[in-house]
Amino acid sequence: MTLRIIGCGNCDRGDDAAGVRVARRLLELGVETHGFETHGIEIPGLEITEHSGESFSLMDSWTGSDRVILVDATAPSGTPGQIRVWNVPADRLPEDVFPCSTHAYGVREAVELACAMNLLPRILLVYGIEGKQFSLSAPVSPEVEWAVETAARQLLELARTMTAPAQVARD
Amino acid sequence: MRTIKVDTLARVEGEGALYVKLKGDQVQDVKLKIYEPPRFFEAFLRGRHFSEIPDIVARICGICPIAYQMSAVHAIERALGVGIDPSVRLLRRLFYCGEWIESHALHVYMLHAPDFLGYPDAIAMARDHQAIVQQGLRLKKAGNRIVALMGGREIHPVSAAVGGFYKAPSKSALRDLAEELKWALDASLATARWVAGLDFPDFEQDYEFVSLSHPEEYPFNEGRIVSNRGLDIDASVYEENFTEQHVQHSNALHSVLRGRGSYMVGPLARFNLNFDKLPDVAQQAARDCGLHAPCRNPFRSIVVRAIELVFACHEALRVIREYEPPAAPRVETTARASTGQAATEAPRGLLYHRYVLDQEGLIVFAKIVPPTSQNQKRIEEDLWHFVSQIATRPNEEITGKCEQAVRNYDPCISCATHFLRLHLERDST
Repeated sequence: MTLRIIGCGNCDRGDDAAGVRVARRLLELGVETHGFETHGIEIPGLEITEHSGESFSLMDSWTGSDRVILVDATAPSGTPGQIRVWNVPADRLPEDVFPCSTHAYGVREAVELACAMNLLPRILLVYGIEGKQFSLSAPVSPEVEWAVETAARQLLELARTMTAPAQVARD
Repeated sequence: MRTIKVDTLARVEGEGALYVKLKGDQVQDVKLKIYEPPRFFEAFLRGRHFSEIPDIVARICGICPIAYQMSAVHAIERALGVGIDPSVRLLRRLFYCGEWIESHALHVYMLHAPDFLGYPDAIAMARDHQAIVQQGLRLKKAGNRIVALMGGREIHPVSAAVGGFYKAPSKSALRDLAEELKWALDASLATARWVAGLDFPDFEQDYEFVSLSHPEEYPFNEGRIVSNRGLDIDASVYEENFTEQHVQHSNALHSVLRGRGSYMVGPLARFNLNFDKLPDVAQQAARDCGLHAPCRNPFRSIVVRAIELVFACHEALRVIREYEPPAAPRVETTARASTGQAATEAPRGLLYHRYVLDQEGLIVFAKIVPPTSQNQKRIEEDLWHFVSQIATRPNEEITGKCEQAVRNYDPCISCATHFLRLHLERDST
């Protein structure tokens, strides 16, 4: 089954763009996305998508994939650009790190709701990049720019291990 | 003195707080504090061409963008003297059905039901009521599909235009929605039966209900603005009858009927003033739920929303059956110096817009009165009376009940300013 990497966020709100920027950087790095079959073995592909982070459609966005990596910005706590990884459901997403949106349902709520209803993919990793500035039209901070690059390269390696080696060999 | 504070009201759209002060068991003060910053949308619109307005106002709200688009296009069309194709009129009703279905399903299942069932939120509720929550999410998705088809995308749709739509769907594209909407209609009936069995606080108020009223149909886009106390006006004289007041504790203006005070807009008002325009299936569902117009218990608004879900699914299916694509998706419009007003029925209630255009079609002035502004004063009055009824209860219980009472109105604070905190202060001396 396909590995899906979903970059969440809003590009018009400063560091909230982190997840989306990671998704775009992965594509720039030339990651191979097509699955294929060899010697009767299905080699899974990789899908990279962007998402606003709205809970209910986010739950839909991982339907059909048993391995998903979500990337999203996390709330400021004095270490902008810090990358943290949660292996759900073993790790609970902390409320203060993923504060809810104005409509009260965001990435954390999507994960919790899916967990409550047994709708989580078999493997769900959540990459959080700590943001610094989230104002409307604010630029992405240098710390988050750096973290986006780091996370993209980490995910590239991770994708290699989660799919076939030939999948990601363009760069 | 007891003070009950909800510093951040959850399960409402936007950011606000609630403050209740009690002396013994007497309510001394109630404030719905909306601290979400002003958003200045009306000012953003000035100097923009009228054709840009539907896309800009859609950004006011992620839950009810279509309402903003519809009030805007109707007001501008009235200013410019534009008549729309009957098929476009049907499509606009379908578009609105989509928004009502997604908004009401979200509120009934995810925001309000947990209050009645004693859960802190929908996530906790889902652990015990998985099938119910799944039904709610699927219903919401049925609405999203309509919006995505009609609007080009689910959030902040982009197809609504002055004079019609930028693109009209084919008959087959609409027919593709029908199967899921038939399921949604049955699910809405089941929703109504489910919520009718919840426990409702014994609380009624003598409201002035205000909504649109149309001679032939349950209102979406057209009709006169009426009330149960004799108001019967065209949208063009809305501001002669309603006024907005600034209060220190809120960034949202309080709207009142001139000389009369607070009033209620939204599903309960629409239901009470338009029951006879509901299709038979929705009327029968209401009767089966023991819901009769006029209903003055705001906690029963959850049942009314379910009835409106029945209506919206039924109406969407009707439109799909009757739809013939228009000759052109929109009529061309010519700019002229003019003023236009319109009100349409957002999921949360009446949404009024007025635009003044110059001869080039640029916006000189814009005024937007969202439903939550109109209900805000009424919410505070409900709380005065409701807290008086439950003042002897422990603070924690009062807090929960107050939040539930606020959610009766499904307030969209983001819209009104353009999360809610409760602060309860009790003086026991």
